[in-house]
Amino acid sequence: MIRLEDVHKSFGNNRVLRGLNLEVPKGTSMVIIGGSGTGKSVALKCILGLVTPDSGRILVDDQDATQGDRDAFLARFGMLFQGGALFDSLSVWQNVAFRLLRGSLKRPAEEARAIAIDKLRRVGLKPEVADLFPAELSGGMQKRVGLARAIAADPEIIFFDEPTTGLDPIMSGVINELIREIVVEMGATALTITHDMTSVRAIADNVAMLHDGVIKWTGPVAEMDHSGDPYLDQFIHGRAEGPIEAVR
Amino acid sequence: MTVLLDPIAHLGRAVLSALGAMGRVALFLLLALRHLFTPPFYLREILTAMLNIGWLSLPVVGMTAVFTGGALALQIYSGGARFSAEAVVPQIVAIGMVRELGPVMAGLMIAARVTSSIAAEIATMKVTEQIDALVTLSTNPMKYLTAPRLLAGLITVPMLVGIGDILGIAGGYFVSTQSLGFNTAAYIKNTVNFLEPLDVISSLVKGCVFGGIATLMGCYYGMNSGRGAQGVGRATKSSVEAAAVLILAANFLITGVFFSV
Ligand SMILES: Nc1ncnc2c1ncn2[C@@H]1O[C@H](COP(=O)(O)OP(=O)(O)OP(=O)(O)O)[C@@H](O)[C@H]1O
Ligand SMILES: [Mg+2]
Repeated sequence: MIRLEDVHKSFGNNRVLRGLNLEVPKGTSMVIIGGSGTGKSVALKCILGLVTPDSGRILVDDQDATQGDRDAFLARFGMLFQGGALFDSLSVWQNVAFRLLRGSLKRPAEEARAIAIDKLRRVGLKPEVADLFPAELSGGMQKRVGLARAIAADPEIIFFDEPTTGLDPIMSGVINELIREIVVEMGATALTITHDMTSVRAIADNVAMLHDGVIKWTGPVAEMDHSGDPYLDQFIHGRAEGPIEAVR
Repeated sequence: MTVLLDPIAHLGRAVLSALGAMGRVALFLLLALRHLFTPPFYLREILTAMLNIGWLSLPVVGMTAVFTGGALALQIYSGGARFSAEAVVPQIVAIGMVRELGPVMAGLMIAARVTSSIAAEIATMKVTEQIDALVTLSTNPMKYLTAPRLLAGLITVPMLVGIGDILGIAGGYFVSTQSLGFNTAAYIKNTVNFLEPLDVISSLVKGCVFGGIATLMGCYYGMNSGRGAQGVGRATKSSVEAAAVLILAANFLITGVFFSV
């Protein structure tokens, strides 16, 4: 279980998170939605310790995330970055198998490569892609390689930052199914950020909406359509008019 | 009153920020050294760094040395001619190349070639979240990126300086024997007899220090880069400036330590 308690984070005068409270039960899929620039990615990075919150607590399985063994903590996580964040000096399969080629999960290169190719297949990429370099791939392919890397070591907790952005509708469907599968079959805990309402409905057990640095609404995905919350309603229907100012 | 105090306040701020930067660089160095000596060691990264920093810098460092040595011979000959001391060319070329120009030229070329590329590469990695990705993949960026480059700088740059010294002397030899009319065997004998072990040792020590400075500055500015393409540009520029100035300052200090009797 992941719990954020009253997390604050500012960059200079830009107060991004202003008392974020969020709970993701073990083995469930939580989707965070919210306007561009509201701090969704920052929230994920706070949990991973890539960004240090100004105040508040972050608990993973009732343990303070900032304390204890960092390596053991991070070994439980997989993360897909919004921009892919592939290492451009390494080939695609070496990117995917990065964790399997060094450190505590190290195994023979052959085996790591085989796992990498299998993960690539699961995100809809052919084995031929394995020996290319990230710069030789299209944006959507890079995203999927990032996804394959995030799931390569079968982590317990996986963060997906906009997994379907830049993908065609069919590929989006494949990825949505994959995320669902990882949660249902492997019992992983997933925290996904997306702007794609189809994805939300396909992936989520629970939905949380971030606005003005706090969670405006959270609940099971089934209740999303009749929440009565004007912010959420405006967001999921994509209306320009409403409590969220579209033109600032 | 404020008119009077303003310059003082500016000065104070500048001094404070310089001190702060020195402290941060020192801490960065200590951290890098700690990662250098504690496992895991990323052998592949170390070998790649040695190839990039050492082997691939050889042409540019070698060319610089040859031309500098040649020019030095011409200058000493024409300068020496003013008080009929043309004969000292081999000795002065040897001492000038080995003690000063060899290490300084190599250091500055490394700052231009290696520091800039390390800073740009690491800064780009930072900007595109690759450094964050490394962390989430349980890999320490200091250990994976900084330590191998620092080690490669400490080991390969003194080698480059050694080769540069030889090539610089060769440049002087070539000019002297081909166009200034020096005897080939006498030139070599004069050079070898004149150089002392301390000259060579100081040269290699300088190379080691300069290699450390060049790689450290590249990594430091890369890791602390700002956001976006502008951040990468600024990191690259600052890293080369800092490396060049620190190399020249360190050169002065080391020369002082070795040769001020
Ligand atoms: N390292 C940083 N330094 C300064 N400001 C930052 C940094 N990271 C994020 N921000 C700021 O924090 C705010 C939230 O950024 P974040 O990336 O979390 O947005 P987001 O909700 O993920 O948006 P999007 O949906 O567009 O990805 C933005 O205003 C951004 O400028
Ligand atoms: Mg984002």
